[in-house]
Amino acid sequence: MHAADGMPADLIIREAKPGDLGAIVEIDKQVSGVKKTRYWRDTLELYGGHRESDFFLVAEREQKVIGFILGEIRAWEFGSPSCGWVYAIGVARDNLLQGVGSKLLHELCTRFRQADVTKVRTMIARQDHELLSFFRSYGMMAGPFQQLELELNHDKEN
Amino acid sequence: MNLQRATRLALYAVLELADQPDQQLSRAEIAEKFGVSSNHLSKVMRELGKAGLVEAVRGVGGGYWFCGNAKRTTLMDIIEIFEPARFDRAGQREPGRDTDLGRTLNLVLDEINETIHATLNSISIKTMLQIKDRSRL
Repeated sequence: MHAADGMPADLIIREAKPGDLGAIVEIDKQVSGVKKTRYWRDTLELYGGHRESDFFLVAEREQKVIGFILGEIRAWEFGSPSCGWVYAIGVARDNLLQGVGSKLLHELCTRFRQADVTKVRTMIARQDHELLSFFRSYGMMAGPFQQLELELNHDKEN
Repeated sequence: MNLQRATRLALYAVLELADQPDQQLSRAEIAEKFGVSSNHLSKVMRELGKAGLVEAVRGVGGGYWFCGNAKRTTLMDIIEIFEPARFDRAGQREPGRDTDLGRTLNLVLDEINETIHATLNSISIKTMLQIKDRSRL
């Protein structure tokens, strides 16, 4: 069932709670293949509503968490004025292609706008065409930054 | 980055047809919109038909329909029909490829290719049309 805006109407988007840890770990394991209980426990604690710039939201359907999104407002990193960042998003495998990710992203962007943020960014692995497609379908385009990296070798200075 | 003319026409044709899924358009109509000859477009449409992206309706009043999946067909899917080796690993058949400088140049060119690959593989026909509609607002 979808609302007039195409978003699933039976979905509740709310802030993540410590009790959501198990569901979040499981969803992330489906997405990433890695079980990161400690990481998500620490993240829930860090982003659990302590600062106005942090957003850790979950999507709930029939009292079951089926998706999550993690974001933050950061300013002046890499010379960029205040900007919303999407750090992670995950939707349970059985609930893919049902608009859950879109609704999570939409809610996060709404919260960014409410905080007077006018830009949202994220970073995605080049090989992850599905995730790239998802964010592009929401309207995101390549930004003006180039991500660079360097292997740091222990046995020699770079 | 430039595309071959046929590739660009193919993208135009697919996007134009996908933007009007309830309407069939003739080759002449598509050709006129994009300022090319209908003959030039005919080979392009044949290839798109073979790829299962468009369907031709013959006879008087005939034309083309988009019959692909707009959500699942990406720009790269169409580009690869007309330029199949375009974004392959750089310089695999070029002289000097086994020298230090040849390998270094190919490293840089591969970085660019990978970015292009990721971009074209992540933009579907549906997303392209959404970008077009947003840019009109």
